[in-house]
Amino acid sequence: MKADPIALLTSLGHAVTSRLDRLGLATRFAIAVFSVLGVVFVRFGLIIRELYFSGVRSLSIVIVSGLFVGMVLAVQGYEVLQRYGSTEALGVIVALSLVRELGPVVTALLFAGRASSAVTAEIGLMRATDQLAAMDMMAVDPLARVIAPRFLAAIFSLPLLAALFSAAGIVGAWIIGVKLIGIDDGAFWSQMQASVDVRIDIVNGVLKSVVFGVAVGLISVFEGYFAVPTAEGVSTATTRTVVTSSLAVLLLDLVLTVMMFRGLN
Amino acid sequence: MSERQDIIRIENVRFAYGERPILDELSLTIRRGEIIAIMGASGGGKTTLLGLIGGRLIPSAGKVFVEEQNVPSLSKSALYALRRRIGMLFQFGALFTDLSVFENVAFPYREQTDLSEDMIRTLVLMKLEAVGLRGAAQLMPSELSGGMARRVALARAITLDPSIMLYDEPFTGLDPISVGIIGRLIKRLNAALGMTSVIVTHDLNETLRLADRVVVLSAGKVYCDLSPDEIRASTDPFIRQFADGLPDGPVPFHYPANDYVGDLLAS
Repeated sequence: MKADPIALLTSLGHAVTSRLDRLGLATRFAIAVFSVLGVVFVRFGLIIRELYFSGVRSLSIVIVSGLFVGMVLAVQGYEVLQRYGSTEALGVIVALSLVRELGPVVTALLFAGRASSAVTAEIGLMRATDQLAAMDMMAVDPLARVIAPRFLAAIFSLPLLAALFSAAGIVGAWIIGVKLIGIDDGAFWSQMQASVDVRIDIVNGVLKSVVFGVAVGLISVFEGYFAVPTAEGVSTATTRTVVTSSLAVLLLDLVLTVMMFRGLN
Repeated sequence: MSERQDIIRIENVRFAYGERPILDELSLTIRRGEIIAIMGASGGGKTTLLGLIGGRLIPSAGKVFVEEQNVPSLSKSALYALRRRIGMLFQFGALFTDLSVFENVAFPYREQTDLSEDMIRTLVLMKLEAVGLRGAAQLMPSELSGGMARRVALARAITLDPSIMLYDEPFTGLDPISVGIIGRLIKRLNAALGMTSVIVTHDLNETLRLADRVVVLSAGKVYCDLSPDEIRASTDPFIRQFADGLPDGPVPFHYPANDYVGDLLAS
């Protein structure tokens, strides 16, 4: 078929408007979700269940991953630091990498794969089997009963999981650096303590996690809520949750890092 | 017939999915206490009609009055207040798969009332007894047969003693015994609770046994509005095709297509 410039322009226009359309839908959805958050705080039991499914059940993958990432950081960091004869700074390097970047980012990526995908699939299947419609017909708002608790659970769990990831990572680095390589134990901890700043490093790291939690949580419930109610539609939505969440986390991380750490020192 | 007895009044409603028109200037009145069956070909707007009555769909034109309130114009809170008086049985039950049978039926009580746990237990067991499944209270939806799931969903739909019950294909996919059970339950509940029932269905036999009035939709309009006896006696080709299950007739067997021979030779 010959390329018709008008048809090309039409399909380009359609691609742009359909994406804008979806963005508008997502924005309206986000506003609707935020407007019912208050209701959910009154019934905190609903959030507890989701915290268990999204947060507690992600503990093992997050802690084990943190341990391994910390160990790798220690091996790599030691390689470089010994060239300059400053291997005692290993604790600092590892702690800053974890608290500022890897903790929030890798945890968010793991969370998107482990918990958000499950949330999307669950909500998508609830839609496909008319459970959301049934709830709506029983005069119970699915946004308040189903969507908001899962969204809030992501916001609450991500910072906590990221903190545990960083802590596990530091323990992993300590095992490699101090126990196996033989860096001085006191130097490892005291340099870390002296160089990690509560406001600049820890608060900013937690802030990142919260932002990632909002993004990942919103994407997962949005994709589930608007999933096409078929087997294929739910699987597409689940995939899209993981892909979009991962990209959103990495992009947001760039933006936040520039805002938080540019021009420091 | 006085106005007060009309519990649902649909006036000149139009509805379309995208470019595809579903309902075209449809008008229908449903009286308090009756069991009305809506029939018609698949994709003919039957389920859409239930969506309009329940306020889940908004018509592009026309009015839908339920208990004298124009549903499409209601605010969310007013709509939810109205829906507390409407029960709906979905095609496959739509039970909450993460809750037990007991908790499914208790759900409307927990969400909509401040009743004590003891009271909720009593009421739930009564509703389950009404559909014959008190013994299944602790099972999960995945452990139920299709017919049982439909009965649990029915128990859940009537928890708040609605004045209107909407049934979306209540007999689809059930064995003949379950069809009979559901049909009898619909009739008994309608009488015992003083409800008005709107049933969307394909099952003509059960419908004729059950309904006070049968409305057949065609081309987005009410094709006919007859009693079961009149349907049985009708000689209208469209109704006969429906009643006798003939594959071809006024409703064509073939989806519109190009000339068959021309299509086969077109390669």
